[in-house]
Amino acid sequence: MIEWVKKMFGGPTSSSTAKERLRLVLMTDHLALAPDIIENMKRDLVDVISRYVEVDREHVEVNFEREDRALAMLANIPIVNVNRPSPPPEPAEPQVAHAVMAASGPPPQRRRRRKKPAQQNPAPAT
Amino acid sequence: MHQPIPHEEAASAVKLGRAIVVTSGKGGVGKTTTTANLGTALAQRGASVALVDADVGLRNLDIVLGLESRVKFHVLDVLEGKASLDDALVRDKHSETLVLLAAAQSREKDEVDTEQMRALIQSLRERYDYVLIDCPAGIELGFRNAVVGADEAIVVCTPEVSAVRDVDRVVGLLGNRFKPQLIINRLRPQLVKKGKMLSVEDVNAILRLPLLGVIADEPEIIITTNKGEPLALRREGETASAYHAIAARVAGEDVPAPAPEVKESFMEKLGTIFGGRRA
Amino acid sequence: MAGRRIVVTSGKGGVGKTTTTANLGAALAKRGLRVVLVDADIGLRNLDLVLGLEKRIVFDLVEVAEGRCQLRQALIKDKRFESLAILPAAQTRDKDAITESQFESIVAQAAEAADYVLIDCPAGIEAGFRNAVAGATEAIVVTTPEVSAIRDADRVVGKLNDRRLPMRLIVNRLRPEMVRTGDMLSVEDVCEILAIELLGIVPDDSEIIDTTNRGEPIVLDAAARLGVIYDKIARRLEGEMVPFTSFDAQGFFGKLFGSLKAG
Repeated sequence: MIEWVKKMFGGPTSSSTAKERLRLVLMTDHLALAPDIIENMKRDLVDVISRYVEVDREHVEVNFEREDRALAMLANIPIVNVNRPSPPPEPAEPQVAHAVMAASGPPPQRRRRRKKPAQQNPAPAT
Repeated sequence: MHQPIPHEEAASAVKLGRAIVVTSGKGGVGKTTTTANLGTALAQRGASVALVDADVGLRNLDIVLGLESRVKFHVLDVLEGKASLDDALVRDKHSETLVLLAAAQSREKDEVDTEQMRALIQSLRERYDYVLIDCPAGIELGFRNAVVGADEAIVVCTPEVSAVRDVDRVVGLLGNRFKPQLIINRLRPQLVKKGKMLSVEDVNAILRLPLLGVIADEPEIIITTNKGEPLALRREGETASAYHAIAARVAGEDVPAPAPEVKESFMEKLGTIFGGRRA
Repeated sequence: MAGRRIVVTSGKGGVGKTTTTANLGAALAKRGLRVVLVDADIGLRNLDLVLGLEKRIVFDLVEVAEGRCQLRQALIKDKRFESLAILPAAQTRDKDAITESQFESIVAQAAEAADYVLIDCPAGIEAGFRNAVAGATEAIVVTTPEVSAIRDADRVVGKLNDRRLPMRLIVNRLRPEMVRTGDMLSVEDVCEILAIELLGIVPDDSEIIDTTNRGEPIVLDAAARLGVIYDKIARRLEGEMVPFTSFDAQGFFGKLFGSLKAG
């Protein structure tokens, strides 16, 4: 009787509940049946993240968590190093000027400046 | 939280719970539904119950109980040492003293070692009053693994010729170790009355087993499975009461077992008045 | 040209594989086609019982495989039809009694003199299933609109996909009144979840219990609703575009008709 009253006043039908539960359980079943897909996902994920930060590939963990109404992938990716942000690329104008100057002759000052650090700090023996 | 069991030994001895396999041979007669509902009914009485899904590859006990989203580890994970029993046991949403040990979905039945299965059931018996094992269809390794740890058997049969024949085969295979008890499921009293379905007497004239209970065909079962809420959680209703009576009998009580009778519900009567379909 | 070899499977037990095999086979035979039904459920045979032929079994599948008799000696002709025969399973053995290649060659042999060989697959996805599928080039997946059945059917669809077997779906034991009240998944829901082509919709009908008890295929009863349904499925298998009987929501059948393929 309560069921009938519930239906009258809205609330999910048992078939819509069933459909939702089936959808989620089949997703989990399909994942369980395809460990190679999970491995590929893990590897691709780590590859992408590695473009931005350095990660510890040996200790990456990927899990799937089920709630009653949702399936989520949780990845734990240890980051070992974040490089200092590199300077933004030089603005376009000076380069145009440089090109113009190149036609008439290279600017000697810039080159010399670059050479000096190399001379003052010889590369350490390896 | 253990209830005193009838055949209790000295207080210092380990009280072993009862391990009951629920089997049938034929698929689809209600083993999983029976395991879920009987387990629920026993837990509702205060007993501690562990349900074990032995249907590797085609698990369904979890979904019938509404616990499919909570299963993290399964039987094979435990047998292979990847998880402890405690990690794998899922507490039921509705009954405090009920736990589930799920089957592996992406593995095969022949990956389960029979002796390991026996040991697993034994360790569950040391912790729970009842261990109910949901047996897969068939009579091969899956069946043997489900039966190996059990000391009692319930066979489930529908009043149909193929089901009766399969139960008969299974009873033969269970051998002398068991004295199986029978549950007749999905009886339709109206059809029996019209001579279109085997009666309880017809079935048991062939099988000759002690009758544990008779459950009528109940569309509500489909609804409760849709929702993942076993029918035995209810206090009222013919099927819920049938399961409670079966649980009482399993626990050793002498409860009378009336077979479901032909009853026309109010809605059915209305239906026939307005030209609806007769069952 | 050798006949089509179709395995009737489901994963879950009790959803109607044997009933479907028997009645679809009978419907095809009634249309004049030559049909052989093979019971692959060794140890729990039921195809013979469902057709009322259990008393006529002399030899069985395992004996053919072991070379103790010829296939034609084991085949039981159903006298109610022009050309319907069954190969019963063994009852006192189990599914490990025969190999996949043994089963495949028996089915291939049966297909030489038949238009259709329908294989009644056992429940599960183990050896019995693998044997049954080994003999087939097509599959019919049977499910009921219930959660466990659909989950198991999904597993089977995955396994059949691995073997690249073309497959179609029969939704069995539909209760339209429960679909209407939202208490049962609709055919549309089932098709959406399993995503394979629909072959047939069979409503829940208590008459089938009675005919099974008596060992009579329901197509023999001209008045039976299910007889008409199985005949429609037979026609669809033969490539005819047969509209699905209207059971649930409108609009679905319009969409379906457009996607019906021949064969």
